[in-house]
Amino acid sequence: MDDWRNGGFGLYVHWPFCQAKCPYCDFNSHVTANIDQKIWVRAYLRELERIAQEVPGRVLNSIFFGGGTPSLMHPDTVAAVIEAARSHWPFANDIEITLEANPGSVEAGRFAGYRDGGVNRISMGIQALNDGDLRRLGRIHSVAEARSAFDVARDCFKRVSFDLIYARQGQTLEAWRQELSEALSMAIDHLSLYQLTIEDGTAFGDRYARGKLRNLPTEDTSADMYLVTQEVTAAHGMPGYEISNHARPGAESLHNLVYWRYGDYVGIGPGAHGRLTLNGIRYATECHLAPGAWLDAVSKGNGESLRSALTSQDAAVEQLMMGMRLSQGLNMARFESLSGNRIDSNRLSHLQELGMVTVSGTTLAATDQGRAVLNAVLRELLMD
Amino acid sequence: MTELANIRNFSIVAHIDHGKSTLADRLIQETGTVAGRDMKEQLLDSMDIERERGITIKANTVRIDYKADDGQDYVLNLIDTPGHVDFAYEVSRSMRAVEGSLLVVDSTQGVEAQTLANVYHAIEADHDLVPVLNKIDLPASDCDRVAEQIEDVIGIDASGAIQVSAKTGQGIHETLEAIVKELPAPTGTRDAPLKAMLVDSWYDAYLGVIVLVRIMDGVLKKGERIKMLSNNSTHHVDRIGVFRPEMEVIDELGPGDIGFLTASIKQVRDTRVGDTITHEKKGTEDALPGFKPAQPVVFCGLFPVDSSEFEDLRDAIDKLALNDASFSFEMETSAALGFGFRCGFLGLLHLEVIRDRIEREYNIELITTAPSVVYHIHMRDGTMTELHNPADMPDLTHVDHLEEPRIKATILVPDEYLGDVLKLCQDRRGVQMDLTYAGSRAMAVYDLPLNEVVFDFYDRLKSVTKGYASFDYQMTGYETDNLVKMSVLVNDEPVDALSMMVHRDRAEARGRAMVEKLKDLIPRHMFKIPIQAAIGGKVIARETLSAMRKDVTAKCYGGDASRKRKLLDKQKKGKKKMRQFGKVDIPQEAFISALKMDS
Repeated sequence: MDDWRNGGFGLYVHWPFCQAKCPYCDFNSHVTANIDQKIWVRAYLRELERIAQEVPGRVLNSIFFGGGTPSLMHPDTVAAVIEAARSHWPFANDIEITLEANPGSVEAGRFAGYRDGGVNRISMGIQALNDGDLRRLGRIHSVAEARSAFDVARDCFKRVSFDLIYARQGQTLEAWRQELSEALSMAIDHLSLYQLTIEDGTAFGDRYARGKLRNLPTEDTSADMYLVTQEVTAAHGMPGYEISNHARPGAESLHNLVYWRYGDYVGIGPGAHGRLTLNGIRYATECHLAPGAWLDAVSKGNGESLRSALTSQDAAVEQLMMGMRLSQGLNMARFESLSGNRIDSNRLSHLQELGMVTVSGTTLAATDQGRAVLNAVLRELLMD
Repeated sequence: MTELANIRNFSIVAHIDHGKSTLADRLIQETGTVAGRDMKEQLLDSMDIERERGITIKANTVRIDYKADDGQDYVLNLIDTPGHVDFAYEVSRSMRAVEGSLLVVDSTQGVEAQTLANVYHAIEADHDLVPVLNKIDLPASDCDRVAEQIEDVIGIDASGAIQVSAKTGQGIHETLEAIVKELPAPTGTRDAPLKAMLVDSWYDAYLGVIVLVRIMDGVLKKGERIKMLSNNSTHHVDRIGVFRPEMEVIDELGPGDIGFLTASIKQVRDTRVGDTITHEKKGTEDALPGFKPAQPVVFCGLFPVDSSEFEDLRDAIDKLALNDASFSFEMETSAALGFGFRCGFLGLLHLEVIRDRIEREYNIELITTAPSVVYHIHMRDGTMTELHNPADMPDLTHVDHLEEPRIKATILVPDEYLGDVLKLCQDRRGVQMDLTYAGSRAMAVYDLPLNEVVFDFYDRLKSVTKGYASFDYQMTGYETDNLVKMSVLVNDEPVDALSMMVHRDRAEARGRAMVEKLKDLIPRHMFKIPIQAAIGGKVIARETLSAMRKDVTAKCYGGDASRKRKLLDKQKKGKKKMRQFGKVDIPQEAFISALKMDS
C-alpha cells in the first residue's frame, strides 16, 4: 500500500493577493489593484486537469483555499474550482472545504456566496482581540469588525475557526490568559493559536534585526504561555491536537491532518507546494512563485517550477517532523518501514526519561513539554 | 677562493616589523645579487606563513658579492635569523656562525623587547654591532631620540648610527661600507681538520635534507665523507654550494664560508642545529661549544574535528616532523575528543605555526586543546616524572611536590600603560625583578610562571596596552609551588580535555570563571546541566545551565515541509560537529574559549 493512504488526499489552492501586507507574514502574497478573476479561474482549471491525469480516481478528502487573502476571491471563482475538482475526483462523504477569510465587513458579505459554492468551513485571521495590538500587527480590521464578521460566518457555516497570535510585544502571561478565555467564549469548534515568530525577510524581521522590536516575551514567558494555552484550551474542551491547533474532538481540520499525517496533497496556484506519490515514489512539487510567472507557465501547460523525487529517507524525515506535531503522535512502524531505519532505542528511552515523549505500542507521541521543544526532540530522534 | 680578510659574515638584529627583511632585500638588490625582475618582497622568507606574519622561522642565508669603495671585492654572508623567542636556541646558533650584526631599530618606534633579546644573543656571541636607524623616510622618525635610547638601554655607542630608509634605498650604500669597514673578518685555518657548524637544515623534496653550514676550520669538498659529532653518523657529500639566494653549486667551502651541503640525508631529525660536522677520517674531535638538543616547553593536544581524519592528521604530523626536529608528538586519546596527538613545541608561536600549516597545507580542521607546560612531579618515592598533560596527573597520595617552569619576562611599554601591565603580571603570579625607564618607555622585568603565560598572556598584554607593549622571555628554571589539578565536570562527568593545572590560591577564581564561561558556551539542552570545577573530589565552583524550554516551529503546513526538513538537516549537521559528552553536546570552540581569562 502506498504510504500516502495513511494520511489521505487533499487539494490546496493558493490565492496570492492581499489588500495589505502584514509585517509578520512570510507567505507568498502580493498587493495588486486589478485582478481579472476569469484568467485565474482558467489557470486553476488547467492545472487541476493536468494533475488529475497523473493521479486519477483518488477520493478527495479536502480542499483548502489559502493565501494571500482568499476572501478576496469572487464566490464564482471559488465555486468553479470546487466544481472542477469534483469533476476530476470523487469527493469523500465528509469532504472539508475551507476558505481563509479576512474578518472585514466586505468579506463577510461574500460568505453566503462561498457557502453556496460548496465551502463548508471558514478560517478567519482575527489575530488579536484588542485594537492596539491589531494595529501593531498591521491588520486592517478592528476587533468590532472582526466580531461582526465572525457572527456572519457563524450563521453561514457549521464550522468556523479563527487564528490568534500570542507572545506579542509587551504581552504578559496574564493578559494572554484573559484574551484566550475571551476567544474560547466565542469559539465554535476550532482555534489556531500561534506564537509570534519573527521570520527573516519580513518587516518584523527587519525591525528585530535593527533592535527595534522591543518587549518581546522571554523564552521562559513564551514557554509558560504555551503551557497555559494547553491547559486553558483543554479545560474548555478544545485541547491542542497539534502544536498550534485546538479543536473539539471530531472538529480537527481534515485538510491540515493530511499534511501532518503525511498524506498526498496537490498544490496549485503561485508558490503552492505539493506532495504526490507516483509509482510508489513521493515527489515534492512547487509552482512558480510570482503570480505573472505562474500564469505564463500555466498557459504553456504546466505551472510547476520544480518536481523532485524525495528519497525514502527524506520522506521519512518529513513524516516524523510533521507527525510529531500531533498530540496523537505517529506510528513508528510506518516511519521505520519508510526510512528503513529503526529509531535508536537509547535516544528514545533518554527522551522518555526526560518526559519529552511517550511510547505506547508502536505509537510515538510528544508530551506537552516535548512539543514545546519539538525541534530539539526531532534533532535527537533523527541523529544517526 | 676568497681570502679570509675579504669575507664578512653578519646577521641582522631587529624587533618584528622594524624592517629587517626589507633591509635584507635592499642589500641584495643594491649589490645586484638578484636581478630587479626577480625581486619579491621579503626574499628570504620562503614559507607563506613567514611572509604573511612578517616573521622568520627558519634561518636563511644569502651570499652577496660587493665591490667596496676601497676597490676590493668582498664576500658578504648574511644570515637572516629567526626573530622570535620560541627559536632562541636557533638564534644563538646562527649568531655563533657570524662575527657581527647590524642592529636595526625603527627610528619611529625605538628599542623593543625583541631588539633587546636578540642583542643579548649577539653580545653573547661577541659580535661587533653596527647600529642602523631605519624608516627615516617616515614623518615620525626621530633619530636623535632613538640613538640616545640605544645608548641608554643597550649601552653601545650609537653616535655613528647609519640612517637608512630600506624603503627608499637611502643609506644602503653606507650600510654596505660599514659592514666591510666596521665588522671583523672571520678567522680560521685552511690546513686544520674540518670543523663546521650545522647552522640549520630543512627538507627539500628533490635534494633531501639541505644542511646550512659555517666552516670554522678546514675545507669541505664534494664527494667527501663527513661525520656528525653528536651521533657519529656518517654521510657522503653529494653537493655543496652557496645561496645567492638561489642555490649555486660550487667546488669547495673554506674557512669563514657559509654555504650548504646535501648528503642524501632523509630526515631533518638526523641533523641537529648546533652540531659539529667534520670529516669521517682525520676529523676533529673537538665539538663546538653550546650544542644542545631541542627541548619542547609547551604541549597541547591536536585532534581532528572530523574524527575520520585521524589518519590524515597522523600523516601530516609525520611529514612536518621530518622537517622540524624541535617538534615532538605522541598519540593521545581523549574521552571527549577521540584520537589525536599530544604535541610538544618550542613555544606558542611554534605551536601556532605548526597548527596553521596542518590546517592549510594538509587541509585538516583541528581542535587545539589548552596549551600546558611541562611540570616536574616529585613522587614520594623520590623519583621525578614529567607531566605534559594535566589529564595524566597521578594520584596525589603518591605525590610529594610539584615544580613548574618559570621565565624571565622583559616587557617594554609606554609609561601610560605601565599600571595595567604591572597589574597583569601581578595577576599572573609574577614577581617584579626590575623596573627602569628610558625616555617615556618603561622596561619591566618579571619572574613569571610559564603556565600563566602560555595561554593568553600575550593577547591580554596587547589588549591592555593597545598593542604598544613588546614582550620577550627566556626560561629560567623550575620552582616548587602549590599546584593542583582542576577538573571540570559537565553533567557530572569529568571532561578530560578541560582539566588544567592551577595554583591552589587561584583555583577558586579560575574555576568560577571557567564554569561561567562554559555556561555561555554550551547550548541549552532539554534538561538542566550542572557544570562544576573540582579539585580532587571537592567541588570549588558550580553553575547550572537551565533547560531549554521553547524551541518549536509555530506554523508548519504543507508548504513548509521542504524548508523545515532542510533546516532540520542543517541543525543536525551542527549538532554532529559538536563533541558528545555523555548526553551533552559541547561545541569545539568551548575547549579553547573556556580557558581564556578576561582579567
